[in-house]
Amino acid sequence: MAAGIVSWGVYLPYWRLDRGAIGAAFGTSSGKGTRAVASYDEDTTTLGVEAARRALAVAGAPVPADLYFSTPAPAYLDKTNATTIHAALGLPPTAGAYDLCGSVRSGWATLNLSALSGEQRPAMAVIADLRTGLAGGAEESQAGDGAVAFVFAPEGGVAEVIGQASATDEFLERWRVPGETASRQWEDRFGEEAYLPAARAAFDDALEEAGLEAGDVDHLVIAGLHSRAVGSLRKELSVTAERLAPDYGPRIGNLGAAQAGLGLADVLERATPGQVVVVLELADGADAMVLRTTDDLVAVQEARRQSGGPSVAELADGGRSDLPYAVFLTWRGHLRREPPRRPDPERPDAPAMLRNEGWKFGFSASRCEACGFVHLPPTRVCLSCRAVDKMTPLRLADARGTVATFTVDRLAFSLSPPMVGAVIDFDGGGRYRGEMTDVDPAAVSIGTRVAMTFRRLYTAEGVHNYFWKARPVSEGAGAPDEHAAPADARKKERA
Amino acid sequence: MASRGIRDRVAIVGMGCTPFGELWDKSVDDLLTDATVECVASAGISLDDVDAFWLGTMGSGLSGLTLTKPMKLDYKPVTHVENFCATGSEAFRNACYAVASGAYDVAMAVGMEKLKDSGYSGLTGIRQVGDGTLAGLSSPAVFSLLVPAYAHKYGVDPDELKSVLTRIAWKNHRNGAVNPRAQFQKEVSMEKIAASPLVAGQLGVFDCSGVSDGAAAVVVCRTEDAHRYTDTPLYVKGLSFVAGPGAGIIDPEYDYTSFEEVVRSAADAYQQAGITDPRAQLAMAEVHDCFTPTELVLMEDLGFAERGTAWKEVLAGTFDRDGELPVNPDGGLKSFGHPIGASGLRMLFECWLQLRQQAPPERQIATVGEGGRTLGLTHNLGGGPGECVSFVGVVGSEPTD
Repeated sequence: MAAGIVSWGVYLPYWRLDRGAIGAAFGTSSGKGTRAVASYDEDTTTLGVEAARRALAVAGAPVPADLYFSTPAPAYLDKTNATTIHAALGLPPTAGAYDLCGSVRSGWATLNLSALSGEQRPAMAVIADLRTGLAGGAEESQAGDGAVAFVFAPEGGVAEVIGQASATDEFLERWRVPGETASRQWEDRFGEEAYLPAARAAFDDALEEAGLEAGDVDHLVIAGLHSRAVGSLRKELSVTAERLAPDYGPRIGNLGAAQAGLGLADVLERATPGQVVVVLELADGADAMVLRTTDDLVAVQEARRQSGGPSVAELADGGRSDLPYAVFLTWRGHLRREPPRRPDPERPDAPAMLRNEGWKFGFSASRCEACGFVHLPPTRVCLSCRAVDKMTPLRLADARGTVATFTVDRLAFSLSPPMVGAVIDFDGGGRYRGEMTDVDPAAVSIGTRVAMTFRRLYTAEGVHNYFWKARPVSEGAGAPDEHAAPADARKKERA
Repeated sequence: MASRGIRDRVAIVGMGCTPFGELWDKSVDDLLTDATVECVASAGISLDDVDAFWLGTMGSGLSGLTLTKPMKLDYKPVTHVENFCATGSEAFRNACYAVASGAYDVAMAVGMEKLKDSGYSGLTGIRQVGDGTLAGLSSPAVFSLLVPAYAHKYGVDPDELKSVLTRIAWKNHRNGAVNPRAQFQKEVSMEKIAASPLVAGQLGVFDCSGVSDGAAAVVVCRTEDAHRYTDTPLYVKGLSFVAGPGAGIIDPEYDYTSFEEVVRSAADAYQQAGITDPRAQLAMAEVHDCFTPTELVLMEDLGFAERGTAWKEVLAGTFDRDGELPVNPDGGLKSFGHPIGASGLRMLFECWLQLRQQAPPERQIATVGEGGRTLGLTHNLGGGPGECVSFVGVVGSEPTD
């Protein structure tokens, strides 16, 4: 039994921006294809939660003893974002949760640290990116939003790390001062000159450490925001074209810090046991990791399918691409749209959030031990039998539900009106009235099936108000759920 | 345990009601002055003759000082009452119990709300942030949840149901058009109502009650004293108020086609008042038509129509001003306007006019007088489907034999 990756999850948001829409707005040519766009109620923390939920939904995935979160676009500074993810996943307080935020390269550090930490006890790396760029610019059209999560454990690894190498260099290629939404870049050709030697060195050194040669590589993932350098390396490194991991950039864009993980996840979904995988990332130098898949890969691939988790290829093919460019600009704060004439929302109260942590962050209801009635939010007195303080917490974040009735609210405050409201009855008990998201208002009806998703309702006075919303899911036979919700596997394991 | 009621023990001997509307030129103090002065004048007394006051306002003032300071009341007991949209009725209910108990001889209930100074066109509510998990649905959205549920349960085509809702708004506008105190004194065509911009779900602007400023007041005393003040008092027949446990919002059994709180308070009020067939016995009803689907569902909850049939009765005109049971002959919340704390007493004011046949001839209902009916119902609901408070009151122009 090898140490290594035991599970993974990838999340891409529901929305795609058609690059043609940008060109249409500016009267220019803006390229073909689409990019993945985090919705108005998503940030890197919520993207990370969704990826992590998918990784933990796979049967047999261990509860992480440590969680490391990385993003170049953190929702908070000073305050740890990983603790929000920890709470949304319902992890035990004994599990550590730490941020490694700031640069694109910190995503690599997170993978590396989790791999090392995972040799001792289960560790999870969560890497998210949300990339905006200036209106009309290359970053805006070519980048994408998304998150990946990998669980490493001392045994049962489907891919063990057999070599790694770094080539660190200090050069000014891409940078951004805190507070800015768009990074700046030095002249493209300079970056290519700076990256190529570092990438070659990291690639060669990692293979050498693994005792392998380029010809032994079955799958090569090259990630980096410098597309010119990445493109050159795809041609140059002595790996045949069919062994290069596919580039999903035309459909979803470049996920920045999460790009290397996206490629690795995609490879793990397609690889067979005993194959050699190299992941090479270009960010302020280059890092490379060599992995070898194990015999356990087949069982985990099957468990992932059972959990309903979509593959990277399916995710890249999914999404909704009729997002108007003006709406995208509004979501990113580049266009100040007139809000509904309602009072601005107020920041939530810190003591109340702490008291209700299980409900707010973990969507945990209370189930009456005497009669079984499920209460959302949790209460002390049972509605059905009036028993007092006979309640057991019941996490419903991963439960599916059905719309009992619904409305489209054009008056309520929303960062992207209209707000869609629904009354949801959960499978196995419990009713909740709340917001829907990632939804076509015209497609909601009584009976619509939903899953819960962790979102940011709004931000007031610098406080992000996180909570859960419902989103439609398709459950027809042969229709993989693009947003599949985790199965109950982990819940059972913990129970 | 019992709800015995105070049937015929308390009489209404005077009332006042300001015009409702966007009263930019009226302050809270002005509204309270206008309503209380008209009220005591109609009873032929002065404010000095009132022993105790109940002031209902949801958000336009705190404490009894809101009333004593503008009216310069001399060290009188004033109780501030709040119970969502049933606030005015709750002030009335408690004033009735005060005189019934013998604690006071003459009591006044005042309801008042000043909504239009907020700067927003709809209700803005009060701060309830807490952990930030309350869904921020607006009031019309919460009540619009009734519409798909009702259509689904009774197999009514959504377009047909929309025309039912439209007819409710049309009827209430038609009634308000002949009410000089109403906020909207204009008939509106069904085409215009149906085509109004959507606010929430199937509800358009014309499916929503008017947000307005206003105040109303009532003076009550024990029945044996009533004729000192007027020859034509109204008698309190039944008063019921319930606050639900918020069951529907968490119980999957609830189907969003009824307000259990209304069913319970109606049964209690009817029992107190000796009513067995409300549709046949009541001369009129003023019900809480905050949004058109609310009025639709209330027709069934209050026992005016069988379950699943109110939509047909609406289309048949049963609840028109000249129908079998006139509902909201003064225009209702829809057309008269809805200053929260004042609305319950505004409903009572219409009973005061209609049952005593003192309404303007153009809207005097025919069920009283030669119509032979003497009872009027007022109903308030606060909250929304699944979690609300409900008040049902019955008053009559004749003492029980």
